[in-house]
Amino acid sequence: MTTLAQLSRGESAQVVQIAQGSELSQRLLEMGVTPGVVIRFIGAAPLGDPLEYELRGYRLCMRRNEAEQIEIQLTSHDR
Amino acid sequence: MSATISRSTLRIALVGNPNTGKSTLFNALAGINQRVGNYPGVTVEKKIGRFNKGLQTFELIDLPGTYSLAPRSPDEMVAVDVLLGRGSCQSPPDIVLSIVDAANLQRNLYLLSQVLSCGLPTVVALNMVDVAGDRGIEIDVAALSERLGVRVIPIQANRGQGITELKTALVQVAEEIALPEHDPFPPVFRDLADQLTDHLNRNRSEALPRFLVDRLILDGNGYLEYQLLPDETTSQHEELTKIRQELADNGLPVPAVEAISRYGWVGKLLDGIVHVPDQRHLTISDRIDHVLTNKIWGTLVLLAVMAFLFSSIFILAEPAMNLVDDGVSWLGEHVNSLLSEGALQSLVVDGVIGGVGAVVIFLPQILILFAFIAVLEDCGYMARAAYLMDRLMAGVGLSGRSFIPLLSSFACAVPGIMATRVIENRRDRLATILIAPLMSCSARLPVYVILIGAFVPAHTYLGGMVGLRGLTLLSMYLLGIFVAVVVAWLLKRTLLRGETPPFVLELPSYKLPSLRTVCFRMTERGWDFLKRAGTVIFAVTIVVWALAYYPRNESKVANQIAAERNKLQTQIDSTEVDTREHEVASNSLDEFDQPEHLDHLAASLHQQQSFLGRAGKFIEPAVRPLGWDWRIGCAAIASFPAREVVMGVLGVIYNLGSDLDVGSEGDQSRLQERLQAARWDDTGERVYNLPVALSLMVFFALCAQCAATLAVIYRETNSWRWPIFTFTYMTLLAYVGALATYQISSRIWL
Repeated sequence: MTTLAQLSRGESAQVVQIAQGSELSQRLLEMGVTPGVVIRFIGAAPLGDPLEYELRGYRLCMRRNEAEQIEIQLTSHDR
Repeated sequence: MSATISRSTLRIALVGNPNTGKSTLFNALAGINQRVGNYPGVTVEKKIGRFNKGLQTFELIDLPGTYSLAPRSPDEMVAVDVLLGRGSCQSPPDIVLSIVDAANLQRNLYLLSQVLSCGLPTVVALNMVDVAGDRGIEIDVAALSERLGVRVIPIQANRGQGITELKTALVQVAEEIALPEHDPFPPVFRDLADQLTDHLNRNRSEALPRFLVDRLILDGNGYLEYQLLPDETTSQHEELTKIRQELADNGLPVPAVEAISRYGWVGKLLDGIVHVPDQRHLTISDRIDHVLTNKIWGTLVLLAVMAFLFSSIFILAEPAMNLVDDGVSWLGEHVNSLLSEGALQSLVVDGVIGGVGAVVIFLPQILILFAFIAVLEDCGYMARAAYLMDRLMAGVGLSGRSFIPLLSSFACAVPGIMATRVIENRRDRLATILIAPLMSCSARLPVYVILIGAFVPAHTYLGGMVGLRGLTLLSMYLLGIFVAVVVAWLLKRTLLRGETPPFVLELPSYKLPSLRTVCFRMTERGWDFLKRAGTVIFAVTIVVWALAYYPRNESKVANQIAAERNKLQTQIDSTEVDTREHEVASNSLDEFDQPEHLDHLAASLHQQQSFLGRAGKFIEPAVRPLGWDWRIGCAAIASFPAREVVMGVLGVIYNLGSDLDVGSEGDQSRLQERLQAARWDDTGERVYNLPVALSLMVFFALCAQCAATLAVIYRETNSWRWPIFTFTYMTLLAYVGALATYQISSRIWL
């Protein structure tokens, strides 16, 4: 499974699904991390964690272990 | 004020995402006509403002900034309660004003979709149209309004543009009868939800509204289930579980179905009426962000901002605090001369004026810190600071959001604890509140400085680069940090154990902070502190004053002074006239008879026989292992309202008078001399030496001797449990720490 944490800087991907059932998944869904949305990796904080992303025209950050819960599919456009 | 045209006040609820300029809009609408309260039972601020348009009066309720109406905590339930007119609210608001960020439409419209589901008359304020324009985002506002079925008014809240049009729209919507119809869910969901509504309403006197039943299905955390069906039959809970299962079987699992449906609706809504440039150009905000989150530059800027924040709380606040201090003593002196000597004079001067001073002295720090925090929040840097520091704070089980409150606590724990409101998670917030008083605040500094100056030798190492005194001071700060880390780690594994809250944080675009918002925020917090914590601090100061004043036995003190004087007189009489001994003895009598000395001696003797002095003697056996005599014990008790008092109390005990200014160098060295000369009553050995000074410093580094901090903890947690817990654990730590310090260091040095 490819996860959001595996993206390299500037790369985009499409969200497939989020591991179900946690407080995390509800929060991510509300913030617009829904299946099908295109998300781009901006960069990591100086200490390597958390990670910064762009989606739906705004910036969002999350911890690495949280990004690992999100399954993605690399968009052909960016390969 | 005549009530010839009486149209009842219309209530408006202001709803919106964080970082959309909601406070700016609130201030633009209500101006200074606002007040801050609390929702009953929770520490969520309730801001209410008033304004008029024509003959119509509006009451504007500012709801907490939120991304969603799915309640996960009592705090978030507040927004739902207000919108539905449940709980403490008598009825739903007449109008919902939903603020939407034009530059961030999709996520903002998700919340709007939830708001529209409530079925209340709604007006949309489309804010930051200028920012969206700069980014090349084109919005067909008329088409958007038509598709939404509600009025959409483009505004620039920070420039006051569109406010008049917004007010007109609010008046118009109040006169309409048609309510918005909104249902983004697929038919399967609707069928199943209707089925559940029928089942739940079968035995209810008051039918549950559709919106609430939808929420009940979608809320996987069980918060609403607990609220709405607290003692319903199991069949109702079973029905709910069954419906959720059926939804999942239809490919609509809870809670994902809500986000998928609503974001799907948003996509269709915006299709063709909003143009976002394909080739996204780098905005200024992007470029700033590129630097500010860079590995090297980002870290350097963060350090610089923090150093500036930290030093300005110290440096800028100090002149203002001195002014307050001088003002209080000036007032005290004047009142002193107006009143005749006695209990009333002492109560007014030392109790009331001193008590007010003890409250007001915190204001400069609070105002400066909150001005800073407001600027950082408003320009968008606050979230970046949390982002940059998260890794470090995660080490002790906290998150990046705890960083600013803890850093502020080095200046003063009071504004630091008030700043913890940015932490959403209750457990993280509590842990931060409980360790904040361990950061060595500015009130501890005079204690350290005097004791280090008097007892730590001025050795230097490495060619004068490093001094022992500086190292001792540094180690006091490090001790606080170290203990805080350990306590946080322990708390997060015991009392405050729980699932790690998600650190999913919006990093808003940078913008220029609005002076208006900053000023409002600053005064709001200042007032809040004066009203809520001020009363407790004032009361504690009066109690401690009474303990140090009563019981009063003037004749006993007069006798003691006379006895002392007699001793000196006998000395003179026993020596021959014109000898050196005679001269020395009569000089000491002259010094003794100085009115200032007599006053100070009387104050010292009064304090010794007061409840406070007796308490000091009573606890002497307990503090003896720390190397303390009863005087230090007495000073430790008396410093309960505020740590910095300890030096003043020692000053009184050592006959230096109560007007000792521990900030001035002359008074500092006088106090240091007295401390160095003090001897045990029984053995005649010196009381103070390096181990005693260290033990006293460690005690003050770890103790919770600060009524203001405890009052603010009470105010922020809404319960006496946490201030009592804080006081107990910190006092225990302080005692054990001081005991260990004295026992170990006295074996090394003595």
